[in-house]
Amino acid sequence: MTEAKKTPLLDELEKGPWPSFVTEIKKAAANSPSAQDLLGQLELSYEDKRGHWKHGGLVGVMGYGGGVIGRYSDIPEQFPNVEMFHTIRLNQPSGWYYNTKALRQICDLWEKYGSGLTNLHGSTGDLVLLGTRTENLQPFFDEVSNLEEHPFDLGGSGSNLRTPSCCAGPARCEFALIDTTDLCHDLTNEFQDYLHRPMWPYKSKIKISGCPNDCVASIARSDFSIQGTWRDDIKIDQEAVRAYVAEGFDIQGLVIDKCPTKCMSWDGNELTIDNANCTRCMHCINKMCKALRPGDDRGATILIGGKAPILQGAMMGWVIIPFMKLEPPYTELKEFLEKAWEWWDENGKTRERIGELILRLGMRNFLRAVGLEPVPQMVNAPRANPFFFWWPEETVQD
Amino acid sequence: MAQARTDIGPPLYKDMLPPICKENYGKWRYHEIIKPGVLVHVSETGAKLYTVRAGSPRLVSIQFIREICDLADKYCGGYLRFTSRHNVEFLVSEEANVEPLLAELAAKKIPVGGTGNSITNIVHTQGWVHCHTPATDASGIVKSVMDELFEYFTTMKLPAKLRIALACCLNMCGAVHCSDIAILGIHRTVPKIDHENLHKMCEIPTLTASCPTAAIRPNPKLKSIDIKADRCMYCGNCYTMCPSVQIIDPKNDAVSIWVGGKISNSRIGPRFSRLAIPFLPNNPPRWPEVVEAVKHLVEVWAANAQPGERMAEWIERISWEKFFEITGLPFTDKHIDDFTLAQTTFRCTTQFKW
Ligand code: HEM
Ligand code: HEM
Ligand code: SF4
Ligand code: SF4
Ligand code: SF4
Ligand code: SF4
Repeated sequence: MTEAKKTPLLDELEKGPWPSFVTEIKKAAANSPSAQDLLGQLELSYEDKRGHWKHGGLVGVMGYGGGVIGRYSDIPEQFPNVEMFHTIRLNQPSGWYYNTKALRQICDLWEKYGSGLTNLHGSTGDLVLLGTRTENLQPFFDEVSNLEEHPFDLGGSGSNLRTPSCCAGPARCEFALIDTTDLCHDLTNEFQDYLHRPMWPYKSKIKISGCPNDCVASIARSDFSIQGTWRDDIKIDQEAVRAYVAEGFDIQGLVIDKCPTKCMSWDGNELTIDNANCTRCMHCINKMCKALRPGDDRGATILIGGKAPILQGAMMGWVIIPFMKLEPPYTELKEFLEKAWEWWDENGKTRERIGELILRLGMRNFLRAVGLEPVPQMVNAPRANPFFFWWPEETVQD
Repeated sequence: MAQARTDIGPPLYKDMLPPICKENYGKWRYHEIIKPGVLVHVSETGAKLYTVRAGSPRLVSIQFIREICDLADKYCGGYLRFTSRHNVEFLVSEEANVEPLLAELAAKKIPVGGTGNSITNIVHTQGWVHCHTPATDASGIVKSVMDELFEYFTTMKLPAKLRIALACCLNMCGAVHCSDIAILGIHRTVPKIDHENLHKMCEIPTLTASCPTAAIRPNPKLKSIDIKADRCMYCGNCYTMCPSVQIIDPKNDAVSIWVGGKISNSRIGPRFSRLAIPFLPNNPPRWPEVVEAVKHLVEVWAANAQPGERMAEWIERISWEKFFEITGLPFTDKHIDDFTLAQTTFRCTTQFKW
């Protein structure tokens, strides 16, 4: 094992009340030469204020194009045990629920084949295993995918469907308006091929939240954001409302005045909601969850186009399907996704996300390709600019 | 050893749920925050599920995982979950187990909190620990900031929720661009070209196409490229495509701070974070300037916001001009957008404040 180097800068990060990642690396380093060298290389990064990882490099397991991210040190002569220090992405169970048996199995295998370091979780959602050598990838995957109980598969990386993720959902949250955990599991299985074999212009992400609180940040982090919602009236338990007020809850200040559409009123005894003007923002329900519940006509809003800044600037997903019923086997949603991906695959340039492509070619072309009708819910306001296109069949052709 | 089984998909979530979650799936009625970090969900059936939320450094060892598994075995029938912000949630179905679990977590110095009007765990990326393009570290800054803001994790005394996120480069693995406070590593200089090796390692058409501002031109003479310095805004995308255009520059790489973003639709809708501080130096190991700046923003907001007002709502009420006045942050040419659609951020009304 490489001799333990002194890490005075990193040691500073073991002070203070918040749990320290340095302590975690040190714990792993007790049994793992690569975690030991990671510590040494990181200390050097702290000295000279730069990372010491080289560019990617292709590595993987048989039959898959993604799921492993190659990582090589740019100073292997100093830190031979992190000469290779690849990342493995494991596809997490929906909602990040685990039993300890499943987690312990991963720990045992990662002790055998890797550095003993992990991310719980990466921000795409996967269970991320940090640091192994090329020759360990296949044996690790052979074992992890053959576990008798709770076998794991790889997640996505590269120009493919990235590992879908979802919020806590109906298993633990009263706000869940769709079955996020089931939908996430179902879609992940349905689209295994897209997940594991990169063949698209670039990455595509799906994230699912059970309600407009959007606990998985789907609107900002995924090309396809699915958020549970409802169409009918909010259910009010007037007794429970009165109980809140009796306990001294400031219903006027904290709920009525903060309703963005000003569609609620409180006469000291009855709470009234003008549901036709409610935009289902969730505020009042969040604040008084014992008294208010979403309606029963439930489904999801689908938003499209969310992405981070590279290339053309950051975008948030926008409404593309205001309401879709979402019940197994989720056929309508799957057909929509297939059509959208097919159009993107045919028309997209390398490294162009679907939202960027829609902006480049115009939403009217996308809507036509996937068979969606334009509706006012898709825009904040109609266009102001008078340069617009007509389809040939809409004008008189000679 | 057997051959790998491919495309088996993720483990089935149903096998990972404690019995109480299976029995009350879709039947939860409401929840309450009993105290910071402890939730109770109450079902239509009357069942009660307690959740104890604990912070984690996200980068954790298998030793840590085994330790929390021991706790889950002892108090939660062997079940736990993780949140989208890297917290660990212990799912406790026996009320009597809550206090002993809290006591053991305290003894192990694993902090409990992150519920209600608090700062919860900081979503972040890999940084120098494991990525090839970072302008700064991730875990080190997060640790330093959370140490300083610790009391806001373990209490619920803020006016509303506050979400902090960090990304170590403009790739922004982690949607930092919609957070109350976002910490973002930035490069500030044009990539240095290794003309010698470029044609051996990189495809020139792909490289020129990778630049969002068309700053890159082929240089046929050198079988390489040139970068028009006045067009480059240091996004690092070319470096991602080609190691021979080195963007990392330890003398100039730095940290920027963004504010007023949010994700949820609650009250005002989702919105991007906006630039508050264009430059803070990279000062490992504890980034005192960054920690100070974040703390200042939290405290100014906490002192001025109305109850229930997120950072974005507070700023919307008082206006950006007042935001810069109250925080004492200088407004510079960096704050005025000059990328695509910049003009959508310019003011087209005579209504403004002095
Ligand atoms: C130039 C384009 C990009 C490249 C080359 C790139 C590359 C990478 C690499 C190498 C990682 C793995 C880091 C590691 O685990 O060591 C990563 C992680 C990630 N990327 Fe990207 N990325 C790009 C753009 C984006 C964009 C635009 C987004 C978001 C919309 C994004 C979201 C993520 C997320 C969420 C992770 C997981 C981070 C984590 O583990 O916490 N990436 N990316
Ligand atoms: C629904 C869309 C629009 C309508 C109905 C509209 C209508 C008009 C009218 C009636 C005038 C003449 C005013 C006058 O001098 O009596 C005008 C002038 C003008 N419009 Fe628009 N406009 C529209 C959109 C736009 C847009 C999108 C632009 C620019 C992108 C634009 C640029 C201008 C300019 C520059 C003038 C002044 C021309 C001059 O100097 O005389 N307009 N517009
Ligand atoms: S997104 Fe909604 S349903 Fe999902 S966990 Fe958050 S509050 Fe609950
Ligand atoms: S959900 Fe939002 S918009 Fe609708 S009544 Fe409640 S606070 Fe108002
Ligand atoms: S934000 Fe940038 S530097 Fe950080 S992990 Fe993502 S790609 Fe790497
Ligand atoms: S850093 Fe970005 S803007 Fe600058 S040359 Fe490279 S791709 Fe273009």
